Amino acid sequence: MSTYQAPLKEFQLLLETVAPIAELAKLPHFSDATPDTVSAILEESAKFATNVLDPLNWSGDQEGSKHNPADNTVSTPKGFKAAYAAYREIGGTGLPMPAEFGGMAMPRSVAALTDEMLHSSNLSFGLLPMLAQGATEAILLAGSDQLKAIYVEKMVSGEWAGTMNLTEPQAGSDLSLVKSRAEPQADGTYKVFGTKIFITFGEHDWTENIIHLVLARLPDAPPGVKGISLFVVPKMLVNADGSLGARNDAKCISIEHKLGIHASPTTVMQFGDAGGATGYLIGEENRGLEYMFIMMNVARFGVGLQGIGLAERSYQHAVAFARERVQSRDVGAPKAGSTPIIRHPDVRRMLMRMRAQTEAARALSMATAYAIDLAEAHPDAAVRAVNQAFVDLMIPVHKGWATEMCQEATYLGIQVHGGMGFVEETGAAQYYRDARITTIYEGTTAIQANDLVGRKMAREGGVTAKAVITSMRAFAKELTTSNNAHLKVTHTKLVAGIDAVERAVEFNLATFNSNVRASFAGSVPMVKLFGIVCGAWQLARVALEADQRINAGHADKTFYEAKLATMRFFADTMIPEAIAAADTIVNGSEGTLALAEASF
Amino acid sequence: MKILVPVKRVVDYNVKVRVKADNTGVDIANVKMSMNPFCEIAVEEAVRLREKSVATEVIAVSAGVVQCQETLRNAMAIGADRAILIETDVELQPLAVAKLLKAIVDKEQPKLVILGKQAIDDDANQTGQMLAALLGWGQATFASKVEVAGDVATVTREVDGGAETVAIKLPAIITTDLRLNEPRYATLPNIMKAKKKQLDIFKPADLGVDVTPRLTTLRVDEPPKRQGGVKVADVAALIDKLKNEAKVI
Repeated sequence: MSTYQAPLKEFQLLLETVAPIAELAKLPHFSDATPDTVSAILEESAKFATNVLDPLNWSGDQEGSKHNPADNTVSTPKGFKAAYAAYREIGGTGLPMPAEFGGMAMPRSVAALTDEMLHSSNLSFGLLPMLAQGATEAILLAGSDQLKAIYVEKMVSGEWAGTMNLTEPQAGSDLSLVKSRAEPQADGTYKVFGTKIFITFGEHDWTENIIHLVLARLPDAPPGVKGISLFVVPKMLVNADGSLGARNDAKCISIEHKLGIHASPTTVMQFGDAGGATGYLIGEENRGLEYMFIMMNVARFGVGLQGIGLAERSYQHAVAFARERVQSRDVGAPKAGSTPIIRHPDVRRMLMRMRAQTEAARALSMATAYAIDLAEAHPDAAVRAVNQAFVDLMIPVHKGWATEMCQEATYLGIQVHGGMGFVEETGAAQYYRDARITTIYEGTTAIQANDLVGRKMAREGGVTAKAVITSMRAFAKELTTSNNAHLKVTHTKLVAGIDAVERAVEFNLATFNSNVRASFAGSVPMVKLFGIVCGAWQLARVALEADQRINAGHADKTFYEAKLATMRFFADTMIPEAIAAADTIVNGSEGTLALAEASF
Repeated sequence: MKILVPVKRVVDYNVKVRVKADNTGVDIANVKMSMNPFCEIAVEEAVRLREKSVATEVIAVSAGVVQCQETLRNAMAIGADRAILIETDVELQPLAVAKLLKAIVDKEQPKLVILGKQAIDDDANQTGQMLAALLGWGQATFASKVEVAGDVATVTREVDGGAETVAIKLPAIITTDLRLNEPRYATLPNIMKAKKKQLDIFKPADLGVDVTPRLTTLRVDEPPKRQGGVKVADVAALIDKLKNEAKVI
């Protein structure tokens, strides 16, 4: 087993290029996020991930969480409860949360990196804080002052956990089919009834209370998405003085047996079996889905980080093996005898695909995180709006592409190991299994893709997409200032990639209203196209800085040269795949839809 | 009672160090630096004594380049109340550090100085002892357990033969061994708060100390590469090799 080492140097470089933390620290909102404080936070978080979370990852997978039918409790694997207590102790749960509720108000650009480390070292563990944060933010967004006063501080400190209860057996991607119902009571509360499935950490032994956010319909609600309300349904009712009261009518009746994330209990929740679970309305009636979708952006961003985290971890694991495993002769130096497999060109290809896509997805995620921060905290409303538009466009790209590339990365992570990768005890297989859920939850890749071509592109006439193309073209010109051979190649390839994006965007805008099925048939390739080309753009920003530092005589030449080599690989190998995706978008819909339904 | 905790910035224990091409020393450009692990134990012990109300204030002190501020911030994130940096680019040797620390002790009047027993870079294991001598204080080195009651510290020491417990009168010097405690993780909010704690900076000249090196490093080399082993046929062959080739028995 390898040991996770957070790529801190790379994090640092991203905070000096695509997400300049020193600039954020100038905004009053983020004045505590000075570069030195942030690097100390990252270092300590890295230590925690390596020493506490990473060692529990494999044992947690093997042991799994267990449901105890006698009392409907869930036991999590050995060590996790203590690790959560330690995580709370270091203040991990409150990092990006508002200071007035005990958080640290750190920018998303910092939280993205601490979250990545969490997911790299132990995805199952990372899910609880991630979803609890989403639940907390939903209460902050639309909850009454009273709800905030009762719940938020304890959720920020991690004393209480939180969950998101959306899915029902008949309502998966389509939440308009939600059937759970809520009946208003005379005292202003509601009685909630229904069954929710796939509820991550719906029951566990880490905290005394679990605050469920539940989507349900009021008796007089209109059908469809405009008739869904959002409720706070705590596991334990809370007394007026903040102490815990009676057990609410909400229980976990079973947990799922899954391909991966075994340590994370995926529960079936039953509300209202004994007369109704007490719930409190968040915001206004029938606006639940709207609130949930604002939160969903945060959660989707988080799942994209999971993709990056797992790809990184799988890469580290594969590199460690490839350095040690001696097998066959080096084709370029056959007389030298057997060699570590890292010298075989195809092993290099696999490791480079893992590494380059991980770094590109990370660079793009950090550019997005930075835009999230500016959209929240910049004093100029125009700057906020431009950044928000960029974020809205990039969330489906980041979520969709980072989690899809993670499938390939973790697949290759096994392939590098050969037969040993197929054997569970090597550990490579766990990343592959854990990765599989990331393209599904918080909106499948197709849901992201449809969001991208429809809501985020066609609906606004492609304004933001075209602005991104303009920015990329302007940046590509900057690349020509360098004499570096890798960057010269990158420039040519990037321009071809941008042309492909432009072709595909134009096709989508011209087609969406007249032949929407043709647009949707190419939507997943659109995610890939945007992911690769925008990833190349952000990676190239980092590479250009690396080149400048090398020229300025920076001592850490090896590190910066690696950035340029990775960029070169990405430009030569990945951008052609993006161009192919553009061809599929423009030409592929007829073939995709030609076969008669009955012929399947 | 004040406790002074000297801390040293060293190459991180995870880093595999390399000798510089010109054999003048170890290459520390662009390698990760962090607090010497023994010093971290010293900070933790001092903070615990303050948490038990034995001490009222913990002051971290470091001597060296300007980046030592990071090490001091780290000490304050663990729980030290304030910090002092004696800033210099000169290569510091144990005697110079002990003299600098004596000057700080004279200024701050702590009852206890807790140091790491040695630093993992040069492994000198001298500064604590030299400081005790310069101050004329008692010393309890290699501590694995510390209890302070009134004016006496009862210290269990790790010695070759096992453990030895000594009682020393305060003021005194204690140096820490690995088993003394397990340092906590600095909490993220405390990292943020550490930024706002007081950090005073002096130069060696301000303290009237001459830190010019007394020792000259002639040459630094990598340890010799280990030779591959051989498989011996039987015990007799092994004993023969140990006697005649290795000459260890």
